Amino acid sequence: MTMKTPLGAVRGLGSAKNGTHHWWLQRLTAIALIPLTVWLTASIVGLIGADYETVRTWVSIPLVAILLALFLAATLYHLKLGLQVVIEDYVHHEGAKLAAQMTVTFAAIIIAAASIFAVLSVAFEG
Amino acid sequence: MAEAKRPLSPHLQVYRWGLHMTLSILHRATGVALGAGTLLLAWWLISLASGPEAFAQAQSCLASWLGRVVLLGFTWSLMLHLCNGIRHLVWDTGQGFELSTVRVTNMLVLGGSVVLTLIVWVAGYGLIGG
Repeated sequence: MTMKTPLGAVRGLGSAKNGTHHWWLQRLTAIALIPLTVWLTASIVGLIGADYETVRTWVSIPLVAILLALFLAATLYHLKLGLQVVIEDYVHHEGAKLAAQMTVTFAAIIIAAASIFAVLSVAFEG
Repeated sequence: MAEAKRPLSPHLQVYRWGLHMTLSILHRATGVALGAGTLLLAWWLISLASGPEAFAQAQSCLASWLGRVVLLGFTWSLMLHLCNGIRHLVWDTGQGFELSTVRVTNMLVLGGSVVLTLIVWVAGYGLIGG
């Protein structure tokens, strides 16, 4: 016995089981960012006044490079999810909304790629 | 048809103002501001990978008075978003919605963000000796 309407049964559409996906990933990245933010803030305070070589040496420590990459990935994902909701709330014109969502998504991915590549290039060059 | 005339939720004007409402909009505002902050961090890391000249230029921009004002705003935004974000995670467990509790956590979030910002800047200035 199904509760589906005949039209619903024909279309074959139902819950995609991902209704909480956005909400869950926003929380997951938030939780990851708590220790990462504390670590990065403390590290950058420790680097105040440091010269070019000192900062490069710091980034090339394997654990530091890994944590930086994780911070950047989690931050930009969290940022993309947050800005997506802001756009959904305030941009009501369909075309502008689509353009804004695409811009935010592409920008987040480009910034993540560029900054993580920068970290890795410093880490591998030493 | 009636689309444009429908009232939008939330009906902000029917509620008496509360500090939690200011913190709510500040959470969103600081989130957007932190997006710009993330750009700064990315720029700083890319300059580090680009070579000593690019890095020196980034460092002198950030160390200028304007750079320091931006970094102070960045620090406070980060700390407020962090503290209020932790409160949101507690709310997600279904706890802390009583108004009396919210009044206490309002102060914890606001006070925490100021104290953490001060710690970061006092430690930073202490390290470079003024």
